[in-house]
Amino acid sequence: MNHPLLQIEKVNKQFGGVAALDDVSLSIEAGEIYGLIGPNGAGKTTFFNVMTGLYTPDSGRFQLDGQEYQPTAVHQVARAGIARTFQNIRLFNAMSALENVMVGRHVRTHNGVWAALSGHSRGREEEAQTRAHAHRLLAYVGLAGFANYRADSLSYGHQRRLEIARALATEPRLLALDEPAAGMNASEKVQLRSLLEKIRDDGHTLLLIEHDVKLVMGVCDRISVLDYGRVIAVGAPAEVRRHPQVIQAYLGAGAHV
Amino acid sequence: MSLATAVSPSSKRASLGLLLFALALVLAPWIVGHAGGNTWVRTLDFALLYIMLALGLNIVVGYAGLLDMGFIAFYAVGAYLAALLSSPHLLQQFPALLALLPEGMHTSIWLILPLAALLAAGFGVILGAPTLRLRGDYLAIVTLGFGEIIRILLRNLDRPVNLTNGPKGIAQVDPVTLLGVNLGRTQELFGLRLPSVYLYYYLFAALVVLILFACIRLERSRIGRAWMAIREDEEAAQAMGLNTLRLKLLAFAIGAAFGGISGALFASFQGFVSPESFTLNESIAVLAMVVLGGMGHIPGVILGCVLLAALPEALRASMGPLQQALFGQVLVDPEIIRQLFYGLALILAMLYRPAGLWPSRTGGAP
Repeated sequence: MNHPLLQIEKVNKQFGGVAALDDVSLSIEAGEIYGLIGPNGAGKTTFFNVMTGLYTPDSGRFQLDGQEYQPTAVHQVARAGIARTFQNIRLFNAMSALENVMVGRHVRTHNGVWAALSGHSRGREEEAQTRAHAHRLLAYVGLAGFANYRADSLSYGHQRRLEIARALATEPRLLALDEPAAGMNASEKVQLRSLLEKIRDDGHTLLLIEHDVKLVMGVCDRISVLDYGRVIAVGAPAEVRRHPQVIQAYLGAGAHV
Repeated sequence: MSLATAVSPSSKRASLGLLLFALALVLAPWIVGHAGGNTWVRTLDFALLYIMLALGLNIVVGYAGLLDMGFIAFYAVGAYLAALLSSPHLLQQFPALLALLPEGMHTSIWLILPLAALLAAGFGVILGAPTLRLRGDYLAIVTLGFGEIIRILLRNLDRPVNLTNGPKGIAQVDPVTLLGVNLGRTQELFGLRLPSVYLYYYLFAALVVLILFACIRLERSRIGRAWMAIREDEEAAQAMGLNTLRLKLLAFAIGAAFGGISGALFASFQGFVSPESFTLNESIAVLAMVVLGGMGHIPGVILGCVLLAALPEALRASMGPLQQALFGQVLVDPEIIRQLFYGLALILAMLYRPAGLWPSRTGGAP
């Protein structure tokens, strides 16, 4: 039933002779929560930036849903079907929560200047749909009562959820979350976990790049571990946890668990 | 209840505000004219031109968050286009053209306004394209340079072919003729004696309403939201799939178009244009109106225009007599006091109302 959604083959990226990504290959299947972990400097962020078009890889190929995927500009990524959230929350602060999500609908809607000025019925209809869709997504992530609040007036955990709603508004094939648990307290993490599982169960594919090993082990279906730009282990959380190279990468050589 | 600010645009209050605004707009020249005569109605006319300019600049600075210090260039483009198309200047320079149009050009305002909007929008794109990757201060400096380039070009394009008549400017620009009514003369309409400044007032007011309408619609549209998203966080906006380069160009073009319309009206109203009207000071004055009123908030921008267009005139008119009454003679040139107050008002506003006198409740300051 499952098919590979994002296939990454032998991606390389060097920075002045240092291989930040060294022949990285992974395959994310549709409908799973895929975790990418690794110690600091392992290449997680570089990978994320290559995937989202910020950096161009030196070599290697990406296939999204069976089609060649090669973003040349950051704004093409969302259109192609990969939406992201940011490690340090980046919302449109002075706009309301609802407007933030409505901006997420931008790539899937068409109203231009003429629609705005003339107010023709097709344009108004699209605008109403955008609004309704955004309300639904706010409710989906548990922010139904906050539609008219300024984004920066929301609590930290709510801002994270708003970012997820905004990303979902682009109708992504892959939702990539960059350290979504960063700065969250224990109860916020529990809520985040159930939200991520709900999103997966509703048919979405998620990629999680995360420091919090406990969260990743708990929520991910499969995990890849990066170290010094190479994939050192792939598998279910239970397998990866026992992998000797992973233990070595995290705890140092000679460690026994 | 959380301390968070709820943003609930009450439509009832908005429509009441709109009604009051419309009433004020219709009655203003009669009240002002009754109190201070036609000179003051003329000041109102200029305030309306400034409102058009400021609403255009507000799209660029207030919505898209792009600091433009040379906005007056688009006003100049519109003004010179109108001047060239409705004055004898071109015909005097090119006898071949005169042979073609012995009666003079006398281009209709219905043609001049769209052309001015289009040409200014074109210049907006020309300015925008190379500067789109710049942000903040760097963008401000380049746009400032652009404004000066346009002014210096207008000053020097009297050679080798006399296009702009250089520093002497272009005179004898036709007044606006609307449906056969010459707005340059006093007219009897519906039993009312309407001096030229009143006629222009209502023409400008109608265009302000049109531009206002366009701005409100844009602000609440997919495009307006995209502009504001770019203003708030350009990188996040790109990650949401917004083609930020194209959207910024669009903001420049639309803002410039409003500036061009305002400029064309200015030329017909004055009957004369010269490069002196389009100095850096003017760019800064319009920017000050937007910032003082409240960036990105239309009512605030309008308030800023009315205040900054009227305040200097009020001070100019009152400072002389005031000194006479107090000291029996004029000690300080009213013109100097005027500039002093103007500066003081801006400093106070920046200190105590940095988001503007009437800021948007969702806030717009970058």
